[in-house]
Amino acid sequence: MIITLDWLKDHLKTNLKEKNLLEQLTNIGLEVESVESLSGDNELFKVAEIIKTEKHPNADRLKVCDVNIGENEIKKVVCGAENAKEGLLTIYAPPGAIIPKTKTKLVVAKIRGVTSYGMLCSESELNLSDESDGITELTKEFRKNIGKSYFSKSKSNLIDLSITPNRPDCLGVRGIARDLAASGFGKLVDLEEKKIHSKNRHTLKVKINKEKGQGCTAFGSCLITNVKNSESPKWLKDKLISIGQKPISAIVDITNYVMLDINRPLHAYDADKIEKGIIVRNSKSGEEFTALDNKNYKLDSGMCVISDNKGVLGLGGIIGGTRSGTEFNTKNILLESAYFEPGSIRNTAKKLNLDTDAKFRFERGIDPLSIEDGLNKAAKLIKEICGGEISKIDIQKIETYKTKKIKFDPNIFEKISGFKIPLKEMTKILEDLGFEVKKGKKRLELTVPSWRPDISQEVDIVEELVRITGYEKIKYIEPIKQRKKSTLNKYQKLFHFLQRSVASKGYLEAITWSFTDKRYNDYFRDIKKEIKIINPISSELGVLRNSIFSNLIFYINKNLDRGFKDLSIFEIGPIFNGSNPGEQNTVICGLSAGKKSRLSWIEKDRNVDVFDVKRDVVQTLVEAGYNSEKFFIDNETPNYYHPGKSGRLFLNNGKNRMAAYFGEIHPNILKQIDMKTESLVGFEIFMDNLKLPEKSLRDLKLKFSFSDYQKSERDFAFIVNKDVNAQDLVDSISSVDKSLINNVKVFDIYEGDNIPKNHKSIAISVTIQSSERTLNEHDLEKINNLIIKTVENKTGAKIRS
Amino acid sequence: MSDLKKIKDEFLSKLSGKLDISEINQIKSDLFGKSGLISTQFKKIGTIAESERKKFASDLNIIKDELQDLINSKTNELKSAEINEKLEKEKIDITLPERSFVRGKIHPVSQTIDEISSIFSEIGFSVEEGPDVENEYNNFTALNTPENHPARDMHDTFYLDEKKQKLLRTHTSPVQIRTMLKDKPPFKIIAPGRTYRSDSDQTHSPMFHQVEGLHIDKNINMGHLKGCLNYFIKEFFEVDKIKMRFRPSHFPFTEPSAEVDIGYEMKDGKIIIGEGNQWLEILGCGMVHPNVLKNVKVDPSKFQGYAFGIGIDRLAMLKYGINDLRAFFDCDYRWLNHFGFDPLDVPTNYRGLSR
Repeated sequence: MIITLDWLKDHLKTNLKEKNLLEQLTNIGLEVESVESLSGDNELFKVAEIIKTEKHPNADRLKVCDVNIGENEIKKVVCGAENAKEGLLTIYAPPGAIIPKTKTKLVVAKIRGVTSYGMLCSESELNLSDESDGITELTKEFRKNIGKSYFSKSKSNLIDLSITPNRPDCLGVRGIARDLAASGFGKLVDLEEKKIHSKNRHTLKVKINKEKGQGCTAFGSCLITNVKNSESPKWLKDKLISIGQKPISAIVDITNYVMLDINRPLHAYDADKIEKGIIVRNSKSGEEFTALDNKNYKLDSGMCVISDNKGVLGLGGIIGGTRSGTEFNTKNILLESAYFEPGSIRNTAKKLNLDTDAKFRFERGIDPLSIEDGLNKAAKLIKEICGGEISKIDIQKIETYKTKKIKFDPNIFEKISGFKIPLKEMTKILEDLGFEVKKGKKRLELTVPSWRPDISQEVDIVEELVRITGYEKIKYIEPIKQRKKSTLNKYQKLFHFLQRSVASKGYLEAITWSFTDKRYNDYFRDIKKEIKIINPISSELGVLRNSIFSNLIFYINKNLDRGFKDLSIFEIGPIFNGSNPGEQNTVICGLSAGKKSRLSWIEKDRNVDVFDVKRDVVQTLVEAGYNSEKFFIDNETPNYYHPGKSGRLFLNNGKNRMAAYFGEIHPNILKQIDMKTESLVGFEIFMDNLKLPEKSLRDLKLKFSFSDYQKSERDFAFIVNKDVNAQDLVDSISSVDKSLINNVKVFDIYEGDNIPKNHKSIAISVTIQSSERTLNEHDLEKINNLIIKTVENKTGAKIRS
Repeated sequence: MSDLKKIKDEFLSKLSGKLDISEINQIKSDLFGKSGLISTQFKKIGTIAESERKKFASDLNIIKDELQDLINSKTNELKSAEINEKLEKEKIDITLPERSFVRGKIHPVSQTIDEISSIFSEIGFSVEEGPDVENEYNNFTALNTPENHPARDMHDTFYLDEKKQKLLRTHTSPVQIRTMLKDKPPFKIIAPGRTYRSDSDQTHSPMFHQVEGLHIDKNINMGHLKGCLNYFIKEFFEVDKIKMRFRPSHFPFTEPSAEVDIGYEMKDGKIIIGEGNQWLEILGCGMVHPNVLKNVKVDPSKFQGYAFGIGIDRLAMLKYGINDLRAFFDCDYRWLNHFGFDPLDVPTNYRGLSR
């Protein structure tokens, strides 16, 4: 909402400086977003006429225009607008002027070899409107102003207020003045709108159809006959221009002025173009009309339309139609002042993707009792400026507004705000805001002003009182340093632990979007369901990620393009399995590209490989408190891993909770995304599948036992079939005697000479130690034999002699 | 001159010269070998007259010790010279680079979340979470934002179905709803997490982070809200004093509502928090609306309290001088390395939040 101090002073009597008023506006919740000085510079923008256009010699889309800027001064200006043509009246900005929208200062510049002295401005560049197609087109009435400043010499600043959606009353200057006055900053000027006393009959019949979902509950109107629409008088034009609006014609300007002044949207119809009478009704599916934005709209059923016998004239409270719009030659006007239901307005505007000033106001709630005031104010101005005769006011209603009453317990104020104000002060504030206050026994009986749709219960009254009294009156109560519940639960602790554990292994933590490119998602979707976003920000971010890899691989690739070679990044966050709340899992996903070590004076060249990520996964889980001796690993992994170089890890043999995948990323994916790296390996740890360790760290610490008896190490080499897993040998050795076999370690894998085809040799070192006594040769021999026998039986291996 | 003195003088002079290890060994056997000079003298002790025997034996022992010590020290000298020579040969260029190492980092948003949790932990808040995909009810309706409420326009929502029933949460406030539906008052929680709005430009990113706060009990008023946030901001920016401004605003789920600005100034292109006369909006808050409490079956005549929502990314930017929000999610290796934190830097109360 843009206002100027001058306009504000139409409603507020005050001697306070602008600076104090601005501060107070923010203090009472009408936040000042920006203050823009319009004085000085804007006088540079002049009304000008294009007298000649030529095609730019070096650019097809540019024109070189001769522009008359008054007193026979002609400037050459290069312009790219399609609508730049001979005879067009527009707005010229000379070198030195600062363009309001971009805040850039114009200089004399060569554009493709032709010197341009200044610029012809679009409405959007001047912040007049959002219109950025082409340069501003002024009406022929401006011809006499050629060479004169377009903007008036107002010294008033543009004050942009951010009005919260609960305060439609402050979308009019008067509402803002009322709030300031209530807070002790000035006095609200009395505006007794004189009623129209007319004996002329209102000859146009208006009817509101009583039907289900009718969006219009009251329709007030009057006829003004024999008007002469013209350009607005200077005061009115200046007023609109002062807040950055473009004057159009007296009738349109007057309705806009009343809307901005007291937040009462009006609509003026050319009464001669209305067939017989006005019918306010629900639209029928498929009905069409052309709106004032020159677009054709096809309507659904149930939208609130203003129509006549021939069809739709406009969408009530949103936008009028071209068929009944007023023009300079309009003679007879029907002026509408109605009440439309916010919900109905919103539904219709949303469906048609329409946003207008009127819609913005009606969907927030217009004062239902302002229908007459609006008609009085506007009709009188029209008569003043355009002449004509005003008819009696006609108001059709299908519902009567009921005033809202609230019983307010003054004690509630302190209970919520934490401080006290005297009852007298409360009463005064509320009365200044427009409430009627009656003192009951214990409570105040309040009548809520009709312009405050946001107020319906006691707490709303508290807010009014705190807001106007000032938030700075609220005391600071120091928080108590006391904790009754632990800050994090066990699962959250595990999250933080794993996050920092993975980072400590050389991975940079990334945070990427929860959505991703469908193409990338498909690479890693495996058997999961795709989850589409209905309204994505772009087609490349159209689905929720089924795996974090999709984003990580994309960004790894981007970093490879930046010239990095060896990269490790990880992310801990959600992946999605479905579109219902809760159908998501927390995953820690890491990706490593390139080499573990590059050839240097001391190190050998080595690519990152699957055993690097396997270590990262296992070490992370061990650090988090899981027992690696119980881990079970096999090679069943999703299709985005290299089928031969990837694994799946369970926390135990039971295979019921899959803790992680790790391995090389499938080379096909690298090929498809054109990724150039020596190696790419990754892992995914599924947090939701990690059963919290049963024993706390404290429990584990309590059990400290060790053996001081002699340890023996024995080495074995077995020849096995090539597809036997090392893990099988290790498991069967461990199972021989858990109390004696302390550690089992694979120290060599060999294939080739001396080993039969399709076989391999696995060399294993076993540590044997008793916690009860020193083992003698006999004991050791016995266990050796048992190991060999067990392994041979279970895995088909043969001991290598 | 006695024999002993003669032996002593002769060998002291021999040992004073430059000797190698074999020469020393020769001297050793000349003196202490089976028929060495000193050994022979020891054998003589028995033959010495009783009156002189004691003195002879004592003199002999002194000489023996002196010579033996000298031989030992000579030997040690040689051995250490030998070792030194060996070590000298092993000398390397210590300025050559070490073996390569990698350093992982924690993302500044994660670090900031940990800092926030640590601060609120001190004053008794615990951490709650909620899903990223929410239903329309928890995200809007339960929060007193019915359909057709214009406030919904302020949240450009990503939807997952045509009926607009499932969406990506636009704020962390639905965690309030989930928490209150799940448990009984009092509530004292924070809920950090990802939030989404279909908005993308220089200062907006379609995903960002918020932390929600909720404190519901008997008699919790706006003074508690002010005190809590003032404490938090001071602790977070690690300053003793903070300039703070509460100004009225509007959120459908709180009443009264406020936005909070903190004072700052620019010094040499750097932002200084807590001083100066510029204001920066950092959070929204207010007293939980009675309609919200009713929606979650909490009796608003018995319980009341406050809620707040803070942009985490924004806080991280301010504290650590990060200019561009979009860079948070762009995974530039250089950026992650520069703005990331060492995983060992866990923010705690006793060690402080940051180094």
